[in-house]
Amino acid sequence: MRYVDEYRDPQKVRQLIALLHDAAGQLPHTPRAPLRIMEVCGGHTHAIFKFGLDRLLPKNVEFIHGPGCPVCVLPMGRIDACIEIASHPQVIFCTFGDAMRVPGKTGSLLDARSRGADVRVIYSPLDALKLAEQNPTREVVLFGLGFETTMPATAVTLQQARARGVTNFYLFCQHITLLPVLKSLLADPQSGIDAVLAPGHVSMVIGTGGYDFIPDTFLRPLVVAGFEPVDLLQGVLMLIDQTIAGRSKVENQYRRVVPDAGNPVALAAMDEVFTLADDSEWRGLGVIARSGMALSPGYQAFDAERRFHPAPQRVSDDPEARCGEVLTGRCKPAQCPLFGSRCNPQSAFGALMVSSEGACSAWYQYRSQECEV
Amino acid sequence: MCIGVPGKICAIHDAMQATVSVCGVQRAVDLTLVGTVDETGHTRLGQWVLVHVGFAMSVIDEAEALDTLAALQHMLELEPDVGPLLYGEGNG
Repeated sequence: MRYVDEYRDPQKVRQLIALLHDAAGQLPHTPRAPLRIMEVCGGHTHAIFKFGLDRLLPKNVEFIHGPGCPVCVLPMGRIDACIEIASHPQVIFCTFGDAMRVPGKTGSLLDARSRGADVRVIYSPLDALKLAEQNPTREVVLFGLGFETTMPATAVTLQQARARGVTNFYLFCQHITLLPVLKSLLADPQSGIDAVLAPGHVSMVIGTGGYDFIPDTFLRPLVVAGFEPVDLLQGVLMLIDQTIAGRSKVENQYRRVVPDAGNPVALAAMDEVFTLADDSEWRGLGVIARSGMALSPGYQAFDAERRFHPAPQRVSDDPEARCGEVLTGRCKPAQCPLFGSRCNPQSAFGALMVSSEGACSAWYQYRSQECEV
Repeated sequence: MCIGVPGKICAIHDAMQATVSVCGVQRAVDLTLVGTVDETGHTRLGQWVLVHVGFAMSVIDEAEALDTLAALQHMLELEPDVGPLLYGEGNG
């Protein structure tokens, strides 16, 4: 496998590490007050733990694991609303597998299925549309979940549903948008984020222009990076170089996949089908203004919440759980009192433990020796 | 859900629907977001695309595709969840 070697070549990684250590020596940061780089994407978090990249960094550079895993920031109350809708006997409730085990107040969608609800795991939103066409006497609800990576797929599916006149198909919309949460985190003086590694696949859709406010308003450097060790280390090096030079700009390490303009067809589809919702709740982070998506006026007939009116749910996170502090870099997963005891991958209490892209799950999987300390 | 899987387009059907091959398994994919032809009017047949939840999201070169596939296969050793993405439901 010649190609993998290019981005995992131990010699290339070693060279990069040496360069990183040289560059970090020129930073004013110290091991006690390190340069703190937030990797926003759950895929990045997973790769960092899997390859132990955080341990290869100079002592005065540190990763903060951000909120870029949509399953991890899914509020409990939204799962309860899904379960309520799924409990209608005429409903076929369709979800991606990632959301099946996320606990709500009344259990997970998996529990609901074992109690008799018709909950099905789909691979594509188009599978749900097909189910609606094959089952005209049932009502099919798609659980739309995720950032701009999955949002265009939902948008095109709804465009197809409308074009084909499918009237027994609905969307439960839990799509969220990346830029407002970044703005909210950077505006919080306690989060202490010095630089941002931006997600490759969201950027493939939205492009790089939307990030300009990060250097312009918050004076932080940002680099869009890929998912291989060499990508991530190169991204970190580019951020360190900007910091040393006193520059803040948006740079794109992942040009081989991310065009600066994003995907215009995907952007147009999202623009037609969705509009920004007033407020959205994020698990562990609270309510963030204009950070979630709702259906645009032309697509409201597909809105599952208008059709089924689930009871509004607000479930507070357990005060002992420190999910929010982990998400904002104020606490490491193993410092949470529930970590590894009441909260573990087999029986997750917080969503950061459910998804394999969550910081707590990754920490549990790859740092178990440290957890025992 | 968030993981993109590279597939090689091996057939293009009507209405932007296509078949891609991922690790030898044929899967249906929608080409709406990348189109069935490239900027110069050439068919995308034979090209590699990054597939998210059944939709081709971007066109990538073969080296990038093989890289990502190998990375996912490597991940499968630790992450059984990746299995259905690569080999289809029920084969993970």
